[in-house]
Amino acid sequence: MYNFSFEKVKSVEEAVTAIQKAEDGKFVAGGQTMLPTMKHRLAGPSNIIDLSGVESLTEIKAHNECVTIGAMVTHRSVASSPEVLRDIPALAKLAGNIGDPAVRNRGTIGGSIANNDPAADYPAAIIGLGATVNTNKREISGDDFFTGMFETALEEDELITSISFPVANVAAYMKFENPASRYAIVGVFLVKLSDNVRVGVTGATACVHRGRRLEDALNKNFSPAAIDPVELSVEEMNSDIHASAEYRAHLVKVMTKRAVEACN
Amino acid sequence: MVDNGIGASVLRKEDNRFLTGKGNYTDDVNVLGQTHAYFIRSPHAHATIDRIDVSAASASEGVIAVFTGDDLEKDGIGPLICGVNVTSDDGEPHRAPLHPALAQGKVNYVGDHIAVVIAETLAQAKDAAEKVEIDYGVLPAIADTATAADNGQQQIHDVAPGNTCYNWPFGDKSAVEEAFETAHKISTLELVNNRMVTNPMEPRAALGDYNSGTEEITLHVTTQNPHVHRLVLSAFNQLAPEHKLRVVGPDVGGGFGVKIFVYAEELVVGWACRKVNRPVKWTSDRTEAFMSDAHGRDHVAFAEMAMDERGKFLAMRVNTTANLGAYLSTFSTMVPSYLYAFLLAGQYSTPLIYSEVKAVFTNTAPVDAARGAGRPEATYLLERLVDVCAEDIGLDPAEIRRRNFIPVDAFPYQTPVVQCYDSGDYPAALEKALSLADYDGFSERAKEAKSRGKRRGIGLSSYVEACGIAPSAAVGQLGAGVGLWESAQVRFNPTGNVQVFTGTHSHGQGHETTFAQLITEQLGVPLENIEVIHGDTAKTQFGMGTYGSRSLAVGGVAIAKACEKLIAKGKKIAAHALEAAEGDIEFEEGNFSVAGTDKSMNIAEVAFNAYVPHSYPEGLEPGFDENAFFDPLNFSFPAGTHVCEIEVDPETGEVEIVKYSAVDDFGKLINPMIVEGQVHGGIVHGVGQALLEGCQYDADGQLITASYMDYAMPRADNVPSFDVDYAPTNPPDNPLGVKGCGEAGAIGAPPAVINAITNALGIKHIDMPATPENVWRAAQSMG
Repeated sequence: MYNFSFEKVKSVEEAVTAIQKAEDGKFVAGGQTMLPTMKHRLAGPSNIIDLSGVESLTEIKAHNECVTIGAMVTHRSVASSPEVLRDIPALAKLAGNIGDPAVRNRGTIGGSIANNDPAADYPAAIIGLGATVNTNKREISGDDFFTGMFETALEEDELITSISFPVANVAAYMKFENPASRYAIVGVFLVKLSDNVRVGVTGATACVHRGRRLEDALNKNFSPAAIDPVELSVEEMNSDIHASAEYRAHLVKVMTKRAVEACN
Repeated sequence: MVDNGIGASVLRKEDNRFLTGKGNYTDDVNVLGQTHAYFIRSPHAHATIDRIDVSAASASEGVIAVFTGDDLEKDGIGPLICGVNVTSDDGEPHRAPLHPALAQGKVNYVGDHIAVVIAETLAQAKDAAEKVEIDYGVLPAIADTATAADNGQQQIHDVAPGNTCYNWPFGDKSAVEEAFETAHKISTLELVNNRMVTNPMEPRAALGDYNSGTEEITLHVTTQNPHVHRLVLSAFNQLAPEHKLRVVGPDVGGGFGVKIFVYAEELVVGWACRKVNRPVKWTSDRTEAFMSDAHGRDHVAFAEMAMDERGKFLAMRVNTTANLGAYLSTFSTMVPSYLYAFLLAGQYSTPLIYSEVKAVFTNTAPVDAARGAGRPEATYLLERLVDVCAEDIGLDPAEIRRRNFIPVDAFPYQTPVVQCYDSGDYPAALEKALSLADYDGFSERAKEAKSRGKRRGIGLSSYVEACGIAPSAAVGQLGAGVGLWESAQVRFNPTGNVQVFTGTHSHGQGHETTFAQLITEQLGVPLENIEVIHGDTAKTQFGMGTYGSRSLAVGGVAIAKACEKLIAKGKKIAAHALEAAEGDIEFEEGNFSVAGTDKSMNIAEVAFNAYVPHSYPEGLEPGFDENAFFDPLNFSFPAGTHVCEIEVDPETGEVEIVKYSAVDDFGKLINPMIVEGQVHGGIVHGVGQALLEGCQYDADGQLITASYMDYAMPRADNVPSFDVDYAPTNPPDNPLGVKGCGEAGAIGAPPAVINAITNALGIKHIDMPATPENVWRAAQSMG
């Protein structure tokens, strides 16, 4: 780890001021990616701005057919939240299966989506549920938030404050885990709304995406069989030592079918 | 019958300190004035070092010294050695390239040690390390086992043409050829034994501390064999004379073979602490462990079996290429040779076996012994081949094994590959395992699984292994540079409690409990009055350490022999005190008594008399403290049958182990709970190899599985609860009637798992690790 200045802030305003002043500042939420990266000397920010003291970011609120989760809410808190369990049980289940207990006790939803790891779980839920990412500056549609591998629409001094999820009782997250890291080799978050279906796919490609072809098929016929004829672009799929592009494309369909089964 | 003696599943004495955070591991040891070492390692798999400039690093804040290979050479600190000779087919010794502790002019794998920075803090050492300037001349690299010796490959070492360390044929080639020519059926199989990174929980560490007053170096180090470390560092690396070098292996968090060997970092830290006259500590991080710990396995092999009409094995032929990595680690050469080919008979009466082993160098980390060492490779090859034979000849896998087992009345049984098995009852273990696994009910379960869209499979593995690594004469004949006996000292204190000094080393096996139980059984001393001491050359007599499941089978016998000496001496003391003839003294459950009378005295009183010999047998030495050395007659041959039942999800290729039954023959069990724990751990290790673990280098020799993000270790949810039972036989060559148990699971499990998968999918073979994608592809091809 390289030397850095450390500042623990109490409010969003303080956080933003601190990052604006810093030469190369980074917010740290749960630190589950940031700190290992720094320990390996792969990152050397000049300033670390610790958000753990910002109490306004730790709330979960249910209101108007929506659940709003503060950016600093841990995975464990999402998994055990009565509001989330009641209104979006698939999201609670997703959160309860991220990493291991230590990760779930430290890692936060805001940190996860700001990092936008291509194999992370939460981005699939943001996309699948059509959530809105709220920042200190604006509201960003989930569909517009994730812009590329480890890249988001966030500006340098922009801080996620919360994420608003529409209530979804008929939804399922199916994840095919990497046997080593337990990240998603493929994760599919499927939501069945009254008039349409949304599918968020993580792990499969460089960045989380909407499974439009899967959605089209399911909008016509909401059944596992509807997935069989769907052709997915193998070229766009990730390929690594754990799974080839062809296998990933296959798994997207299998996970989608299983999500449909879980919703039926 | 004494309490807590042989056969009692007493809780482990050592767990109190481990579970309450009071263990004392090498990195827990801190000494005044301690400095920190950081090693600069090669980022290239193969390169010349054209220039090293350490001047900026040396001037960096907090830096005490920066050393390179030249500094070691100037001080006459020798290169790392390989202690076992294997004679190649040209009659010459195996090719042994120079293995400097810090590279000299060339690096040969990613992670190879180039220089060391010693600084006040680790962070300062790392900062300085970034300022060391190195110019590399990058060379083409070879990481692939199968093609390393091919014509035209990049040569790694001048002394090893064709990247070949040795070609080692064994057996009667022409007799085997003849048997193949006339055989009814020949089954063949080509397979890979996947490379593993052993991953003990505690990474390697070393702390060197030089006392200029006594001129003694104390080296705390993660070792499975402190005296072997001292011997090698002293005699071969010229670190310090043995009497001026104290090696301490304190609590060690898992070894599995990786901590047998003498590594560069340990030698450098031991040397540097004298050089800078400050204590020097190094602790490996996990990435360094992946790069620089000795790896395990890594074979490609082609095996053939000749059979008669009834599926009886007539002859076997095996051709193996084994990857030894970039340099020879301490015992590397013996692993794919003596520890492998001599196990190829397995449990079967195959009369003729011929094996050729080619050991090759590659630009990868050195490969050496890892839990089982050679025996898992042999067992996997044989037990997979047997299943192929069964399919080819149309027999049930259990039946072909029955037909070929060494008969129970044939022991001691001389195999065609050196080993002479002293005992075994292979049919008994097989039948018991089949019953435990409900083998007969499998087809019903498979049918039910099919109705759920799953493919269910069942696989057998009937293994035998040679452990209790010894005897000295045998290993000496084979080219080992050391003896392989074991030592013990059993010391009574005047107040009657006992300290046991063993030459073995416990790094998770529970010796402090098992050995105490042995003493309790032999001497009748309560378990809580016994302390087992190991791991410090300043405390314990010379011993060979712990590996090859030898601690109880060899070290335990040494303890028993020391106990016998104490009893003999105690009879003299008791006879004098009880005013009886020595011949009338009987010893039972801690009491010396005069036969036919109620006169007796406890062993604690005898011990007191021995230290306070006011009234004492004339001419008898005072003191109650005996030592013993034991060099066994033979290896120990645990055996058993494991049955694995799995379900494949053909849609995803996921394999779930639904049932695992193991029936082992470990002879007499001292602590069944500890033995069962060893079996569980071994099976998980084997399941890891079969389904999850695979160390991968890319074509440029870059290690791509360098962290737990990419290297899959088995976890609790990868395995079911195990059904474990025993079918013991009494080994006549072992005075305690015990056999080793530490490696058996890792040896037995891989073929059981893979045989279950091939059974489920109806395919001939699938290589390890059987990852979901590979299984999915195999399931696709089956249609």
